[in-house]
Amino acid sequence: MNSFRDFGSKRRSTFGSASPGNNAPNDAVAKPQQDSPDLQAPQERPSVEASGQDTGAKSRAESVRKQRPASTKGFVTYSSEPLNGNVPDGDPLTAWSRRKLDYKLVSPLNRRKFKVIVVGTGLAGAGCAAALGELGYNVVSYTFHDAARRAHSVAAQGGINSARAKKVDNDSLERFVKDTVKGGDFRAREADCFRLGEESVRVIDHMDAIGAPFAREYGGELRTRSFGGVQVSRTYYTRGQTGQQLQVAAARALQRQVGLGTVDLRTHREVLDLIVDDGRAKGVVVRDLYSGEIEAETAHAVVLCTGGYGNVYFRSTLAHNSNVTAAWRAHRRGAYFASPSCIQFHPTALPVSSHWQSKTTLMSESLRNDGRIWVPKNPGDDRPANQIPEDERDYYLERKYPSYGNLSPRDISSRAAREQIEAGHGVGPLRNSVYLDFRDAIDRLGKKTIEERYGNLFEMYFDATGEDPYTEPMRIAPGAHFAMGGLWSDYDMMTSVDGLFVGGEAGWGYHGANRLGANSLLSACVDGWFTLPYSIPNFLANHLGEAPLDLDAPAVQRTVEDVRARTEKLLSIGGTKGADHFHRALGDILYSDCGVARTESGLKNALKEIRALREAFWTDLRIPGTGRQLNQELERAGRIADYLEMAELMCLDALDRDESCGAHFREEHQTPDGEAMRDDDQWCFVSAWEHTDGDGLHPGQPVRHAEPLEFRAVPLQTRNYA
Amino acid sequence: MQLTIEVWRQENAEAEGRFVTYQVDDATPEMSLPELLDRLNDQLVEAGDEPIAFDTDCREGICGTCGITVNDVPHGKVPNTPTCRQHLRSYDDGDHLKLEPFRAASFPVVRDLVVDRTALDKVIASGGYVSVDAGTAPDADTRQIPFKVAETALDFSGCIGCGACIAACPNGAAHLFSGALLSHMSTLPQGKPERAKRARSVVATTEEEFGPCSVYAECVEVCPAGIPISAISAVNREAARTAIRRTKDD
Repeated sequence: MNSFRDFGSKRRSTFGSASPGNNAPNDAVAKPQQDSPDLQAPQERPSVEASGQDTGAKSRAESVRKQRPASTKGFVTYSSEPLNGNVPDGDPLTAWSRRKLDYKLVSPLNRRKFKVIVVGTGLAGAGCAAALGELGYNVVSYTFHDAARRAHSVAAQGGINSARAKKVDNDSLERFVKDTVKGGDFRAREADCFRLGEESVRVIDHMDAIGAPFAREYGGELRTRSFGGVQVSRTYYTRGQTGQQLQVAAARALQRQVGLGTVDLRTHREVLDLIVDDGRAKGVVVRDLYSGEIEAETAHAVVLCTGGYGNVYFRSTLAHNSNVTAAWRAHRRGAYFASPSCIQFHPTALPVSSHWQSKTTLMSESLRNDGRIWVPKNPGDDRPANQIPEDERDYYLERKYPSYGNLSPRDISSRAAREQIEAGHGVGPLRNSVYLDFRDAIDRLGKKTIEERYGNLFEMYFDATGEDPYTEPMRIAPGAHFAMGGLWSDYDMMTSVDGLFVGGEAGWGYHGANRLGANSLLSACVDGWFTLPYSIPNFLANHLGEAPLDLDAPAVQRTVEDVRARTEKLLSIGGTKGADHFHRALGDILYSDCGVARTESGLKNALKEIRALREAFWTDLRIPGTGRQLNQELERAGRIADYLEMAELMCLDALDRDESCGAHFREEHQTPDGEAMRDDDQWCFVSAWEHTDGDGLHPGQPVRHAEPLEFRAVPLQTRNYA
Repeated sequence: MQLTIEVWRQENAEAEGRFVTYQVDDATPEMSLPELLDRLNDQLVEAGDEPIAFDTDCREGICGTCGITVNDVPHGKVPNTPTCRQHLRSYDDGDHLKLEPFRAASFPVVRDLVVDRTALDKVIASGGYVSVDAGTAPDADTRQIPFKVAETALDFSGCIGCGACIAACPNGAAHLFSGALLSHMSTLPQGKPERAKRARSVVATTEEEFGPCSVYAECVEVCPAGIPISAISAVNREAARTAIRRTKDD
């Protein structure tokens, strides 16, 4: 497997590279960076030498072998060999340019001899498919939507970060990396973050050029704003609809290739399995959602850009149809799944107010630029918000984290909100929310400015709640949002299955245990437009002259048969309840036991409940209709069946990771004032889980592989936003 | 609240459709239209009936997937608001709701309330884009765009591609959709180099796939993205400009 990763005799290694030549360039990026205005703050304690050379890497590689919490006995098994992330040796600042130079090329005349399947048409998928098409490859692009433009990137609101560092607010590529790595609580791959920052510059240029009308200053230059976890202004945006403008521009670029004939776009088709032959990904099996036909397609490589799995929680900020199915099916075929328990809870989602409410719509983080978050000081204070005097309000984020205040990172803000709600300070009819108040901003800037900045968000809030945020504060609560975890891939974005690549939220690399706001659109764009189009040809170059697998090949027929059998099985259960019933129940289990905070006993309880729910699903599910027609209940049932397996792995990962980091907060590991307590000696690695078959309905015990993480430029430190 | 819901049921594109009436007794004012259908479908599945097929995704009004005609108005009662942001608080207890797919000759029914809107993408694929390959763009800061120009472009580029404008138009015209695209692109400097070429292909495909503009402006009343009415005139304006300038582009 992965034979192409040996570049000649140079075997790349993730850790243990200590050649003296690496130190000099490292110095350029490893200067301690003080970003807290409070110079007295004792929190920035580099745990590595000032040179930035991470001497702890070797011992952490060993910790991979020894770190096996007793609590997981009987639940999971462990691989003793560290996983190789194939990261270029040496200075991470130059890693990407050195790696690009190492990549093999495919000559323009040979490109049309290759076929690549790209699944998903969000910013990563549309970008990758369009860029490969522009280069001259044959691309087959799949989406389950009726049009490429509908992919969920469209719903991102606030903006896209870029380390263009034009202003004099002291931004730089290194600071971008530092913010991203620190924001992710040191569970991301540092070298990937450098690539993300480096390519972020031309992402803005490109998206601007293909017609995304970025907000401009009166002088005509690009305008920026600030996002959580950052003290500079590097977020580019288009009102509150940045995702839409980028997504629609990317979909147009994709349609351009459709018109030119390089991309074969197949809409309303859902990928239900991966064809693996001889250890290599060679195609996919899809269901035409309109006709019910099961079809197979083969190619030289497969790319999954299928988004995140946040709506495993049922109520989330995600779209109704977002799902994990393609990624999960690939996982079952051998792709490792990284950090499945790392889910971000967005602090500014709409609270749940009724049983039939189907989502907790996101209110953009950008609102926190001007809105102030507070709760009444007295628990159970029933007065309307505007009647609560100033001195009886607790602006808890400003109080606890004065440097970052209302723009504290998402995991910290969500945890703080949960703490207030659990302590009885919650507001609203169900006491499950906190206030986000624009009164002071309107007084200071005028209603017109606020309307200009957030008009469409205020409208959306009004539609959803019937309350006017210009006159009374919004009510918000933490809601499941972004999956930092995803299919594990190496530095070249290839998964543990040869020829299977991953991009965007479906992957894992940049965000560690917590993603910073506006880094999601960025990572999708960088993967799609500026990373995969480099690394995929490097893979293809080794397969010149090979034809895609014949559709009659046994591996294809077998996989098609598997999909047919599974579809029939779902249809033939003949129970009494619709798929949503089980999805809601799964969401309740996860919110309570694998949500903003987790405990060993809670997770073990969740594992039991998930297994029971899975059994109920496979005995009591009812799908009216047949598989040979548009059958949305069947679509949902298939996705929920996969969520029921995925949820178990999430809980196992959370149970296994016996530390708190970023969004993964284990109550057993917290400081006296309730902050996450990371354990770098034991857990400075990313867990990548391998699927094993179980018997009957339940998966077998997954095998944990671990890729040690090395931090050369951003020294390990306690994350502190006070 | 109790609602009587009359829904268009159609097995597939070839089948005859018909209205079927259902009752929902426990609707609540905060429910959105898709949530009302979730409730109704739950009822249907438990009773062993086939649920109503309808398109829905982001449920926050930005993906353009949803589109139901409610009591003869595309998207529903509240003007300029997509289906998923239409809430039952604008209806009264005991009200009667008639739910149909978006009706247009260019949008064949796939099933129940689901229609095929591929024709919209044909307009884009024919030339509704900027021909710039990944990585070849100049520094975006070297291209100064006045604040107002960017804002005007954004007024037009906010289109969510739902197709309500076409369903609202007695002629099934897509002038609001295509005009928004042309206006957005011709406002921005990056859209100018192939302005004439784009106009030629977009207008031709629009005329091929959709009806002629009725000039009734019913499209503007339903458009959830609030696309300005001037978009519809952009189709003819850009076409005329292209005809006059012939092969010249700017």
